[in-house]
Amino acid sequence: MKFDDIYRQSRSNWEALYQGQIVHILVGTATCGRAAGSMAVLEALRKQIEGLPLEVRVSEVGCMGLCSCEPLVIIIKPGGFSVCYHHVTPQMVPQLVEGYVVNDDPCLDLALGTVTGGDGEPVEIPELERFAHEKRLLLRSCGYNSPLEIDHYIACGGYKGLVKALGMKPGQVIQEVERSGLRGRGGAGYPTAAKWKLCHEAKGQKYVICNADEGDPGAFMDRVLLESDPHGVLEGMAIAGFAVGAQQGFIYVREEYPLAIERLQKAIGQAKEKKLLGRNMAGSRFSFDIEIIKGAGAFVSGEETAMMAAIEGRRSWPEHRPPYPTEYGLWGRPTLVNNVKTLAYVPLILQYGAGWFRETGTAQSPGTAMFALAGKLVNTGLAEVPMGTTLRTLVYDIGGGTRSGKQFKGVQIGGPSGGCLPETLLDTPIDFDSLKEAGAIMGSGGVIVMDENNCVVDTARYFTDFSRQESCGKCTQCRIGTFHMFGLLDGITRGMSSVVELAALKELAADIKAGSLCGLGRMAPNPVLTTLRYYDDEYKAHVLEKRCPAGVCKELTAYYILPEKCERGCDHCVLACPAEAIFSDENGLKIVDQAKCTKCGSCELVCPPEYNAVIRLSPVSLVPSGRRTRPEAASKES
Amino acid sequence: MGENVQNINADLKKILTRERRNRCYLISILQDIQASRGFLSGEDMREVAKFLGMPASAVWGVATFYNQFRFTPPGRRPVRVCMGTACHLGGGQLVLEAMARELEIEIGGTTADREFSLERVACIGCCALAPVATIGPDVYPRLTPPKVEEIVVEIKADSTAQDVAGSGQ
Repeated sequence: MKFDDIYRQSRSNWEALYQGQIVHILVGTATCGRAAGSMAVLEALRKQIEGLPLEVRVSEVGCMGLCSCEPLVIIIKPGGFSVCYHHVTPQMVPQLVEGYVVNDDPCLDLALGTVTGGDGEPVEIPELERFAHEKRLLLRSCGYNSPLEIDHYIACGGYKGLVKALGMKPGQVIQEVERSGLRGRGGAGYPTAAKWKLCHEAKGQKYVICNADEGDPGAFMDRVLLESDPHGVLEGMAIAGFAVGAQQGFIYVREEYPLAIERLQKAIGQAKEKKLLGRNMAGSRFSFDIEIIKGAGAFVSGEETAMMAAIEGRRSWPEHRPPYPTEYGLWGRPTLVNNVKTLAYVPLILQYGAGWFRETGTAQSPGTAMFALAGKLVNTGLAEVPMGTTLRTLVYDIGGGTRSGKQFKGVQIGGPSGGCLPETLLDTPIDFDSLKEAGAIMGSGGVIVMDENNCVVDTARYFTDFSRQESCGKCTQCRIGTFHMFGLLDGITRGMSSVVELAALKELAADIKAGSLCGLGRMAPNPVLTTLRYYDDEYKAHVLEKRCPAGVCKELTAYYILPEKCERGCDHCVLACPAEAIFSDENGLKIVDQAKCTKCGSCELVCPPEYNAVIRLSPVSLVPSGRRTRPEAASKES
Repeated sequence: MGENVQNINADLKKILTRERRNRCYLISILQDIQASRGFLSGEDMREVAKFLGMPASAVWGVATFYNQFRFTPPGRRPVRVCMGTACHLGGGQLVLEAMARELEIEIGGTTADREFSLERVACIGCCALAPVATIGPDVYPRLTPPKVEEIVVEIKADSTAQDVAGSGQ
């Protein structure tokens, strides 16, 4: 069947769905939605619509990126507004169905806003301020079109880019990508077309690998794309395969993403059924097949040579480059390795042209950047903004600033390989080069916001711990260096270090960078170096005063109950304390026994907000001497 | 008992099919064995080595490299506490410690009745709901130590109730 016929068929199926009198209910069931309880909502909706005198269709969709509002439900009424509801629970379902599905009451008190776009146009909720700052290319139909239906993808313009590419010469396809200025979204920002050209010029059997080993703790853009719009990635891979002359593609996905794997498998099956993948695809003479490889949980596998070792069934060890994979890759064959997002842009560039892609972003970094916003933000979730947008816009206008008005402290970009940037650098534009200059990297695109209650030394220690555990062990500087860097940081958080250790930390960081083969080791010191550079005073407070300004480092912090605020009779803290460390003095005022306290923070959490009597003191010597431990006599009595 | 052993071997036969007799399938074979048994035993790995014609030490070398593989049986309800960045900043360490305290096991350990095992995992991709943990297939969002206590008490009561109902039949 020709593609035009496939398109017409999909289009008419789609129009039959959306232009009739059918009410559509979309439920976001990506991993984050499921964690918030969307499967129970889905079940409740299916039960509730049974026996209604209307035709109602309930579909599962992916994620719109508004994770903090999950579970999300969109009700699309023929001839009416499409309304998006947030924090939906099974208990709200009868009201929604009765209100907006059966009648015309849009239940505004439960709504997030109206939904515009769809049918190939970016889906937006104009009532939310964040959409004014976003530009959604990759996310344009995520959370709206069903990832389980290839018809939806094709009807909204999908696979048109592939068909167009198949009508061109491979060299022309590469030229178009070159004109678009697309740079690899895996983190380093290497020009995509340059890689493609090298691989195209190589001889013999070749492979394409889609890198979906999103190992950075704090990034989940690739997961959302694969769960919400898997066909975009498949189409991009097929175009890449055609351009470089490969017939076999592999998607390397983390096994921690079971839903992404399931939806990809389904999408591959559907694309093969429609002959948009496989032998002589879309009526051309080109054949391309895609296989899913499940990663087995090693952060280093995200490095391209290590990933190829994993696909070959070996320990995931990186190799020297050059030779680059485009020359000597999987099983010694020329191999193209591209990130999920990079490949997902390709169909759009082919379909709408390089000029269209260049309209967004900056001259050096065209297009958009996708970020996973997490940490102490109001609006956690995904955001897609034009390159060149400032971090301030990302954190405040889209992310909504810090929760409950806490003081902003810093933003960590790029995970364990990235850096931590302070408030003064918030006006840095987001693009590959500016971030590098500031000491961070675009990296995987994980953005973690920290507030006054987070300790930067502890955060640097956390990332170093991660790098230490994930170091594959090949290079000595990385294996032993990260081990000792962790030890030094750990000592600082325990108040056992002096300025000598601070100097040693700097020296060691430089050595690890110089002596490591792959990105993991070379960038592992970044969190330490940037925090040392921008938060020198916090390190000094730990080292010189044995004080943790954020009250996070356990050895330097004490929980203390303010006698003037304690209510005496409520006993919440006493009951919550797992260590039985809290007792009453002769006046009924509660006291934390510092000798027994495990610093779990339960007392602080359960103390009723109207009293707010539990505070953290650092250094521990601030606890008044009379209120530190249980007096000997009293403890014997009890 | 004899029947059980046969079942287990039938399992392995299903995984070790002729078209997978290639080194590049080693990891996916190990993944399938772990999916069916819950862990990798020394015997299983020796079988795989024989099947692929490689030294058992090489199979062991690959298996121990990757975080996914475990070599002791997990609990019926594996508890996994996320230690991703967002969870860490939200107090994931305190949640992990609370889990260990409430389940009365060490991190990486399994309860004596094999009901729960506790492990730390790298990001499970629910950063917006941090800190999170999974117990069996269920995801628990926005945890705090007091919430952990509640959940564990509830689950323990639940499984005791099931045991009572089961023994009553």
